[in-house]
Amino acid sequence: MNRRVVVTGLGICAPNGVGLTNFYNSLLHGANGIIYHQELADLGFGCQIAGKPEISERLKETYFTPLQLRGLNSSGLVYGVMAGTDAWMDAGLCKANKEEPDWDSGILFGTGILGIDKLRESIYLIDSNNSRRLGSNSVMQTMASGISAYLGGILGCGNQVTTNSSACATGTEAVIMGAERIRTGKAKRMLVGSCNDSGPYVWGGFDAMRILPSAYNLEPGKASRPMSASASGFVPGSGAGALVLESMDSALGRGATIYAEVLGGAINSGGQRGVGSMTAPNSEAVQRCILEALSDAGVHRSEVDVINGHLTATSKDSEEIRNWSEALKRSGKDFPYINSIKGIVGHCLAAAGSIECVAALLQYREGLIFGNRNCEDIHPGILELVNASRIPLKTTPYQPKIMAKASFGFGDVNACVIFKEYK
Amino acid sequence: MDANDERLARLKEIVETYLPEDVSIEAVEADSNFITELNINSAHLVDIVLDLEDAFGVRLENEDMDKMLTVRDALSIIDQKLQNKN
Repeated sequence: MNRRVVVTGLGICAPNGVGLTNFYNSLLHGANGIIYHQELADLGFGCQIAGKPEISERLKETYFTPLQLRGLNSSGLVYGVMAGTDAWMDAGLCKANKEEPDWDSGILFGTGILGIDKLRESIYLIDSNNSRRLGSNSVMQTMASGISAYLGGILGCGNQVTTNSSACATGTEAVIMGAERIRTGKAKRMLVGSCNDSGPYVWGGFDAMRILPSAYNLEPGKASRPMSASASGFVPGSGAGALVLESMDSALGRGATIYAEVLGGAINSGGQRGVGSMTAPNSEAVQRCILEALSDAGVHRSEVDVINGHLTATSKDSEEIRNWSEALKRSGKDFPYINSIKGIVGHCLAAAGSIECVAALLQYREGLIFGNRNCEDIHPGILELVNASRIPLKTTPYQPKIMAKASFGFGDVNACVIFKEYK
Repeated sequence: MDANDERLARLKEIVETYLPEDVSIEAVEADSNFITELNINSAHLVDIVLDLEDAFGVRLENEDMDKMLTVRDALSIIDQKLQNKN
């Protein structure tokens, strides 16, 4: 069985926009979503800027019941529930009735760590011999699968409801795994995506590794510089992205709007061998992942016309471009258009892949390629491989046909998904 | 309002948050069983206990919670705790 899979719904909770309309408008104009956080400065962080979705209490009340809101202290969960619920509604789907779940719909929603603020709150109570005061909600807000569990209950999904985790590849991996389940006929619809908490307890470890930029605290809008010669590290972000994947038959049967087709994808690891390590990718594995994704999708490398890269704004960006160029055997003006929205939202970690997939798919709907912010000074190593015209600085009209989106994560893990225009 | 009525009113206020959407606050009576009649999720009984502790300044032990099946049970346990306290 090899059923065709399409995307019928999108939802987003990103540092540069909560909800599809805000997110789209911000991307269209390259509006910055990264700001200075006094809290990080007070805590003595080197990098005092970050990307964080702004959510009012009032907005939360439209997604959570008063009971769910009591003691809710898990930012990733909030972002994920909002993006996931929005994607479901965007697809024109309803919550299952009270009595019976929707057996054909499942959830595969990833995260890095969930509810770290709730965990901190709980640890303080436990350490003061007060574990009895934890109440009933500390477990569900801090278990990794809390996000899929909340969404599963809100929507009433009766198929597989689970959570994946593969560091910064999580979101893209979720799309591939969810599509696989529909392809093989095990589900008709899968809500896929990922979320990431915000705040110092998530970002601190990266600051300690000195891989975040510390020279842009007064100019947050210039800090995240994918593909730039002056890139000096990734800006930490957070949020959630969500996609409704659906079998083509199901989507056509109910007259759903189709954003694009998911042709296929691949997931692999460099095994932390060769040049690969816990934190650095094995280029051979990256190239294999890209080629396996194309093969899975039945697409020739010459057909890819748009790439949404991982491109985090570190010294590794040139290496990523080299990997794309070598895998696709394309360079100069023949290289596909490539972009990274991290210049606007920062690196949303486990949420990055899904947030960026949502952005990539909006490009189909709108017939354009979002511009790359902060890479007026393209890295010379990249210009050796790719003509500057392939790296649009401003949003450019263009109807994408075959799009490749890749994400890479700590642990030397890779994920690459291939989308196709649906006409 | 006498002390008992006042306590019942406060307890109802606490319980209201935990009621399923299809159970109204009017359904809460002295003899209502929290789980079998008001359909409160058993996991939330611990939250109700914590809320009662905060509201009445008492401490409820596991045994108290085991005995707390109905609204009346809850009120009598609180009553007893308050008396012991004074």
